[in-house]
Amino acid sequence: MYGKRLRPLALTTFAALTLTLVLAFFWAPNDANQGFLQKIFYLHVPLAIVTLCGFIYGGLAAIAHLRTRDSRWDMRSYVAIHLSLVFGVGVLVTGSIWAKGSWGVWWDWSEPTLVSFLLIMLLYATYQPLRFAIEDPERQARYASVFAITAGAFVPINFVIVRLSTAYLHPRVLGNISANLPGRFQIVFYLSLISMALLWITLWRYEMTSKHASAQLRALKRALGGDDDEALPRRSAVPTLTIGAGATPTGRGSAGRTGAPR
Amino acid sequence: MIALLEIPLHQAVPYVAGAYIAFVALILLYLAIMATKLGRIERELAELTDLATRRRPGADEHDAP
Repeated sequence: MYGKRLRPLALTTFAALTLTLVLAFFWAPNDANQGFLQKIFYLHVPLAIVTLCGFIYGGLAAIAHLRTRDSRWDMRSYVAIHLSLVFGVGVLVTGSIWAKGSWGVWWDWSEPTLVSFLLIMLLYATYQPLRFAIEDPERQARYASVFAITAGAFVPINFVIVRLSTAYLHPRVLGNISANLPGRFQIVFYLSLISMALLWITLWRYEMTSKHASAQLRALKRALGGDDDEALPRRSAVPTLTIGAGATPTGRGSAGRTGAPR
Repeated sequence: MIALLEIPLHQAVPYVAGAYIAFVALILLYLAIMATKLGRIERELAELTDLATRRRPGADEHDAP
């Protein structure tokens, strides 16, 4: 289902990332202020934007889950948040390296953009423990969706608050991009943003394919009357995915064909 | 406020390389974890195939010594 056309998508992503790297290093000129160090910009900023958009998508999928009670939306939200957390770690690491090179420090607590991003990361770091703390899959999915919506709404609010703050040490990218970035910088930046978004989408679909296949296997195992212990999913933070028509809420003890991929 | 430092090319290269390598390493780690999960799915699939084969009508006579 999610694996359909995954190979061309992966190849497109690879081509886009390669093109971005080539253009960033060999075509875009060095920045007048930061020189070669500014090349981190083409990695760090698109990564941060895609991460935040991923968190917002997680919230939107959670809304769809609460509206439809379809476990597939819960899985989409879970995978989006999980993947965005991975990307977010990349943002923090690349940002720290850039800060060290540019400012001479690994971290600056007086910089609102850094601290606000860290706050968002810490907020989302509680998502998986929250899920794991709730044993009943249906309740777990419902609570996780409420969390994903609330945290997802916090992301743009946080972004606006940082914009309104007075310290403008951190480079501004969105909003005034045409004025701040000359032609070649801008082209490479947008290409990098597209590449990073493609990477996120590819990995999201890859993980969704894996989770879906795992759930299908579990359902098949149960249908074939395999090991009873395997039929009942262990306590897990991963959503219980409904296999089949799938628009109904499912519980651990339900008769529906469910599986809990891990 | 921290002042922006102008650093020469030879000093910037390790930071740029470090950032890109860290990103690639993170993605590779993610893919490795996913590959491990895929391996588990493959193993379970093999178990299921084995189970289905054993349950096939006539499989018992075939398997009997």
